[in-house]
Amino acid sequence: MKIAIIVFPGSNCDADCHDVVSRVYGHSATYVWHKETSLAGFDGVILPGGFSYGDYLRTGAIAKFSPIMREVISFANKGRLVLGICNGFQILVESGLLPGVLIRNKNLRFICDWVNLKTVNVQIPFTQKMSQDQILKLPIAHMEGNYYADEATLKNLWDKNQVVFQYVDNPNGSLQNIAGICNETGNVLGMMPHPERASEEVLGGTDGHFLFNSFLK
Amino acid sequence: MTTQITPEIIRQHNLSADEYQMILKHLGRTPNLVELGIFSVMWSEHCSYKSSRVHLKNFPTKAPWVLQGPGENAGIVDIGDHEALVFKMESHNHPSFIEPYQGAATGVGGILRDVFTMGARPIALLNSLHFGEVNHPKTPFLVSGVVSGIAGYGNCMGIPTVGGQVSFHASYNGNILVNAMTVGLVDHDKIFKGVAAGVGNPVIYVGSKTGRDGIHGATMASDSFDESSEQKRPTVQVGDPFTEKRLLEACLELMQENAIIGIQDMGAAGLTSSSFEMAGRGGTGLDLNLDNIPLREEGMTPYEMMLSESQERMLMTVKKGSENIVSQIFSKWDLDAHVVGVVTNTGSVRGFFKGEKVFDLPTTPIADGAPKYTRPYHLAEPSAIFNLATHPINRNFNQSLCNLLQSPNLCSKKWVYRQYDHHVMTGTIVEPGSDAAVVRIRHSQKAVAMSCDVNSRYCFLDPYIGAAHAVAECGRNLICSGARPLAVTDCLNFGNPENPEVMAQFERAVAGISKACTVLSMPVVSGNVSFYNETNGSSIFPTPTIGAVGLISKGGRVLKQFFQKEGDLILLLGSPKSTLSGSEYLATLYGKEIGPLPSLDLDYEKKLWEVLLKLIQDKRGLINSAHDLSDGGLAIALAECCFGKEELGAKVTLKENICMNARMDEFLFGEGASRIIVSIEPQFLDEVLEETKQKGIDVLILGSVIKEKLMISIEKESLIACTIQDLKNYYNNGFEVSVFKKGIDKKIN
Repeated sequence: MKIAIIVFPGSNCDADCHDVVSRVYGHSATYVWHKETSLAGFDGVILPGGFSYGDYLRTGAIAKFSPIMREVISFANKGRLVLGICNGFQILVESGLLPGVLIRNKNLRFICDWVNLKTVNVQIPFTQKMSQDQILKLPIAHMEGNYYADEATLKNLWDKNQVVFQYVDNPNGSLQNIAGICNETGNVLGMMPHPERASEEVLGGTDGHFLFNSFLK
Repeated sequence: MTTQITPEIIRQHNLSADEYQMILKHLGRTPNLVELGIFSVMWSEHCSYKSSRVHLKNFPTKAPWVLQGPGENAGIVDIGDHEALVFKMESHNHPSFIEPYQGAATGVGGILRDVFTMGARPIALLNSLHFGEVNHPKTPFLVSGVVSGIAGYGNCMGIPTVGGQVSFHASYNGNILVNAMTVGLVDHDKIFKGVAAGVGNPVIYVGSKTGRDGIHGATMASDSFDESSEQKRPTVQVGDPFTEKRLLEACLELMQENAIIGIQDMGAAGLTSSSFEMAGRGGTGLDLNLDNIPLREEGMTPYEMMLSESQERMLMTVKKGSENIVSQIFSKWDLDAHVVGVVTNTGSVRGFFKGEKVFDLPTTPIADGAPKYTRPYHLAEPSAIFNLATHPINRNFNQSLCNLLQSPNLCSKKWVYRQYDHHVMTGTIVEPGSDAAVVRIRHSQKAVAMSCDVNSRYCFLDPYIGAAHAVAECGRNLICSGARPLAVTDCLNFGNPENPEVMAQFERAVAGISKACTVLSMPVVSGNVSFYNETNGSSIFPTPTIGAVGLISKGGRVLKQFFQKEGDLILLLGSPKSTLSGSEYLATLYGKEIGPLPSLDLDYEKKLWEVLLKLIQDKRGLINSAHDLSDGGLAIALAECCFGKEELGAKVTLKENICMNARMDEFLFGEGASRIIVSIEPQFLDEVLEETKQKGIDVLILGSVIKEKLMISIEKESLIACTIQDLKNYYNNGFEVSVFKKGIDKKIN
């Protein structure tokens, strides 16, 4: 599979995602600079974590104006796979590919820790190798991971089976413990935890396998 | 440029009358105001090391694996495979006290630039933080601000903050310490230095624009605090990690091209220090065209441009003709890159502004000719000597253990490091919370262990032995992780060097570090001195922070401090003897800070390291965990070994005679050097005993790893009996309880 890893100024998990996709899982990974305007030839896109544009104004708010985002949106609208991790998730909600917003953690501090997630929707391309209610141990590292949406949006998320992961112990105040959601068609996934940081035993966990083995074929 | 240089102006520039006379002699004329400003920052204590140089030259700085010792932006050690580690530690104490968030953030930014300016990609950050006592009204504010400042900068940069220390003591009430360390990785053939060479080569300014922030920051760092220090807030710089992240990427990208001659961070004293130091190292001169300096504010004068400490800026000299590639790469990253000058053979750095020459100063006297002072020193006699016999024993050891575990200096620092991204770069294989942090190097399958530490109470009680202890403990931390110690960096935080007692503390500490580093084969490759850490005449405890790096070679075993398996045997390597004198136990529970310190036999320490490293790296896996005994002694160390992921505990049963008539409080909480707890596979016991005895290292079989409880008894008498869950509660909640007064109602039995 050929994966594009979008690099914004301030992205800082781009190299980690590249390394995991290529070295750990043996797929093709290519950096795509945010000023580029084509995603031709790619089978999937990762929007990596980091601080695109320094998180200035609002996380993800400036990145959505990068030229490549028009392509990412049309790529997603064609049903192709787009994974946004951490800042990537924030960019996905800012660009309208996913509903809701990510606001400051409830404790108003950055949180870097291991958390347990519970799988909710295991039918999308990113989760098909997981089982329902499976517990995944993954790291988080964010200041704005507190998922918020109005009641109608939340209801709609549940109705359309778009909640993909929930925290077992809510670390950041997210409504309904939401840690990851997908779009209605299931080809766009945004999640705050970092599966790329849990794909080798030496890093303390390998539950990232379940996601990448579902995603990368 | 017609301002008259009056004694008042000279005084405002923190220059003594004698120093001004030296300036007149060097120049053969009166300096103008810009020139006076340049002298004042370059000859400040912070930039010139004028009080410390005569002592620092005693450091051992050489070894076959040292590629770069002190004198450059950072030190470099070889780790094989044409790779090297670049590392340094630096203080940002004064700014952090005045404005904790920005002060700490820009401290991180500055030390990162020192490392990536040499061509290295930073792979880890550490820090050593010393705050005032927890009950001081400013402490919670300073802790929150400093920690979020470090997090704000390091997290955005995407460099993991993997380790460090946090301590509290009243001596820092008016002057906290923020020491930040960066470790970077570089290929041998991609090392860059801060040098200006090749007459006619362009001088290029890259990064952020220049503003009025930080003017005279270096001078502020060379002054003591008093009530008016709050007014110095405007001299604290403001950090922009997003710009620094782009600067890092742009610099590393440019370094792949064959363009750069020399490059240096505009750190303390900004454009002044970078231009004079680069010309100084190259034996050249520079002509700077100040009209081309990108400015953030209108109407800035040459004086302000030269003294600004705006962050995220670099100066470099490149090969003539490569200006285009520079501007191409920097504009990709939306950064300024402007040719601001040219390398000359005049031996002077000259500045031109609006068609006028605004300064013209010879390179050498500024860069290398600062006054050197051999300041008088006289060590104060210790006021008291600890006498165990007059200290009543408290036989409620469970209570002492819980109180210590919850105390601000010994409790878990997770509240702090949970705010630092310590996973980014997917290299962290031993997270914060163990003796040393370990980061792997993905492609060469090696790993780097890092630790930074100092016990400032020890250094106050005896600066010589205390500083040597700091080196030994740092190295021991690395050994416990399985790494071979390579070298150290230091950050020497002291009071006013004009006070002979402070100067004596400094002289003794430097001597102690030198001795320990020599015997333990860990040369000093970089460092920083921070004097004038005093408020209203009251000095901080002498705090020579040591940062050490070590290497775990390809495929080597990496250990944590935590017990791994039920049934493993627990051994104490090193002397079972310890003393309460100088200990954390006495200081925290009884408010007694008296020596003498536990002695330190460096040769024994070295032997212990060699034996343990060999045992750890045995491919059969004899040793499953190793933990250094330090503050709080044996009982605290045993408890800390039980705080891993599993609910493992320890059962320690000793025969009376083994404790060599020690009092039980001394046995449990006394401190001593060269002591390590290991847990081993039982079938290898004989082998481990044989190996250690052969090398002359004492071993004591303490007991074994069990589930859920920590139990220590001597013969039939139970000294400690606690559940790990209870101990963890005290340990994990201690920080918020003591610093932020979060209540836990649980009674200690």
